[in-house]
Amino acid sequence: MSAAHDDHHHGPAKGISRWLFTTNHKDIGSLYLWFSFAMFLLGGTFAMVIRAELFQPGLQLVEPNFFNQMTTMHGLIMVFGAVMPAFVGLANWMIPMMIGAPDMALPRMNNWSFWILPFAFAMLSSTLLMEGGAPNFGWTFYAPLSTTYAPASVTFFIFAVHIMGASSIMGSINIIATILNMRAPGMTLMKMPLFVWTWLITAYLLIAVMPVLAGVVTMMLFDIHFGTSFFNAAGGGDPVLFQHVFWFFGHPEVYIMILPAFGVVSAIIPTFARKRLFGYDSMVYATASIAFLSFIVWAHHMFTVGMPIAGELFFMYATMLIAVPTGVKVFNWVATMFRGSMTFETPMLFAIAFVVLFTMGGFTGLMLAITPADFQYHDTYFVVAHFHYVLVPGAVFSIMAATYYWLPKWTGYMYDERLGKLHFWLSFIGVNVLFFPQHFLGLAGMPRRIPDYALQFADFNWISSVGGFLFGASQLILLFVVIKCVKGGKKATAQVWEGAQGLEWTVESPAPYHTFTTPPDPKLIHAQ
Amino acid sequence: MSKTSRSATKSLVRKLLFSVVAMFGFGFAMVPLYDVICDITGLNGKTGDQTVAVQEPTSIGERLITVQFLAQNGAGMDWAFGANEAQVKVHPGEVKVVSYRAKNSHNYAMTGQAIPSVAPNEAARYLKKLECFCFQEQVLQPGEQVDMGIRFFIDESIPEHITKLTLSYSLFDITDYETSETAVTLR
Repeated sequence: MSAAHDDHHHGPAKGISRWLFTTNHKDIGSLYLWFSFAMFLLGGTFAMVIRAELFQPGLQLVEPNFFNQMTTMHGLIMVFGAVMPAFVGLANWMIPMMIGAPDMALPRMNNWSFWILPFAFAMLSSTLLMEGGAPNFGWTFYAPLSTTYAPASVTFFIFAVHIMGASSIMGSINIIATILNMRAPGMTLMKMPLFVWTWLITAYLLIAVMPVLAGVVTMMLFDIHFGTSFFNAAGGGDPVLFQHVFWFFGHPEVYIMILPAFGVVSAIIPTFARKRLFGYDSMVYATASIAFLSFIVWAHHMFTVGMPIAGELFFMYATMLIAVPTGVKVFNWVATMFRGSMTFETPMLFAIAFVVLFTMGGFTGLMLAITPADFQYHDTYFVVAHFHYVLVPGAVFSIMAATYYWLPKWTGYMYDERLGKLHFWLSFIGVNVLFFPQHFLGLAGMPRRIPDYALQFADFNWISSVGGFLFGASQLILLFVVIKCVKGGKKATAQVWEGAQGLEWTVESPAPYHTFTTPPDPKLIHAQ
Repeated sequence: MSKTSRSATKSLVRKLLFSVVAMFGFGFAMVPLYDVICDITGLNGKTGDQTVAVQEPTSIGERLITVQFLAQNGAGMDWAFGANEAQVKVHPGEVKVVSYRAKNSHNYAMTGQAIPSVAPNEAARYLKKLECFCFQEQVLQPGEQVDMGIRFFIDESIPEHITKLTLSYSLFDITDYETSETAVTLR
């Protein structure tokens, strides 16, 4: 223990080696967050190319094949590069501080699980420069499009996914070990902040499904290079099998991207409503129920492959069942705000927008769950609108809310509230102008993943693109606000927000390099 | 971290790593599992592993069922390939022989493999094949044309509401696949 003891009395190392060799959960959290922001801008740039091409009918800017590369890379980078690492970054920063632990349970593995990520994404992005181009088969990479008909770069994509998977699995093991073994005395499971709870459940989901993703890309690798026929009908395989294995990973994956968001919002709303979270226990059970249900609904992504009626009914009802625990959560947030003394600082604005817009995305999800209706909506812009509503004003807004909420704790300075509010309102307007018209496009029959479209779709596409440019440009404000806040500003107090509760607000701002080297006073831990 | 919590972490990490390996295995286990489920339920229109098990039928039923025959080339295949009969009417239990025709118009030998599929899916398990060209690879010399037969019957237990079913073959070019094992594993 003496080595660890020495650590407590000096600050971070100097220069680049601080970041390369760091085992400090706060440093690694910052690395994850900066990395994910960089990926957010890269994936966002691809989205801008997509919206620019769709600004008017006809082919103006890019070749159809490049357009497909853009949709594929946008999806992959946003899912695996922006949203997931951002939540892991928040987990790294906040979980040890929330449960009164000095660091993550496995700090060296923590360093490793971050530092393999830049390599994975460098490899994935480099495919854009390769002969034959980047993967162009959609982020869902259905076989045989991604095997028999794939560009040569698919192998790089496969190895990139392997590395991302390894990173996520190591991150999850670390998070579970930290939460289960390193809680301060008195921090019982049912006293943990909901962000910790949602991440614990998310980490289990990751451990269950990331290996399945690794398995399915490995099967692709074998089909492509070693003559097996997992998905090749000519050799006795079955392409539909790919969809089953992929969505067995894919559906829990979408909850992996939203459960930590639930945790963030459950932290922010009570703070700015100045009330305790309504229905803490039911929040925990609802999260667990959603996680369980996520394993038995995967085939609702593939209603049109030709399942028997019994199967379609099962997956339809199971999918609709998820609305129940999700509804419990939404009502709990609303009940928390009810008769609270609310103020509307930027984190709260993002959190309220999350509740409203995520619920809208949830409702379109219910529409898609109706099997006969899904035959109409399948592979249209309605699906695009649905999952962007749950992912952008859902997951991404919650990450932004978390950033504004904890930024004073991270930097020691208050961010510029005026610019934060500007960022919120431009994002809020932008995101709705961007995605709301896509519902109409989808209902009218515009297919997804096409670079050109019939003339009757022109007006809504034009509006959607304008919203896209507005939303994209406003994210630069976030970058500016964060940099400005890192550089200085009004000093933040330890509690930062008047209504903030929890261990992370008992340490000074900025949080010292080492926190809770001795466990916090159990009296500081109170029921949620 | 104290000693006890360190060993607790170790054993937890071991368990979690085991789950990771197990789930990786489960991903692969889904492949045979999927085939088994499709076999039991007849979900995906595969006609099942009948090469060994099928017995000649013993009695002939009253009903008349229409069986239609379709043919298509898989990607990269360009043999002239089609059914010699568009459809036949059979009684359940009655053994029928029909044939498909294939021609290789290239100036080199090619190997083709036909993959069957039955619609509606639930009818797949009642279509019993005694002989089928899909049980073997088809090697066609340059310019060669062959008639390829199927001997089949419809199982008498076929549900009342199925009056018509379609047997469709996709023909794939497997010239470059060296193994001759494909036919064994294929249905």
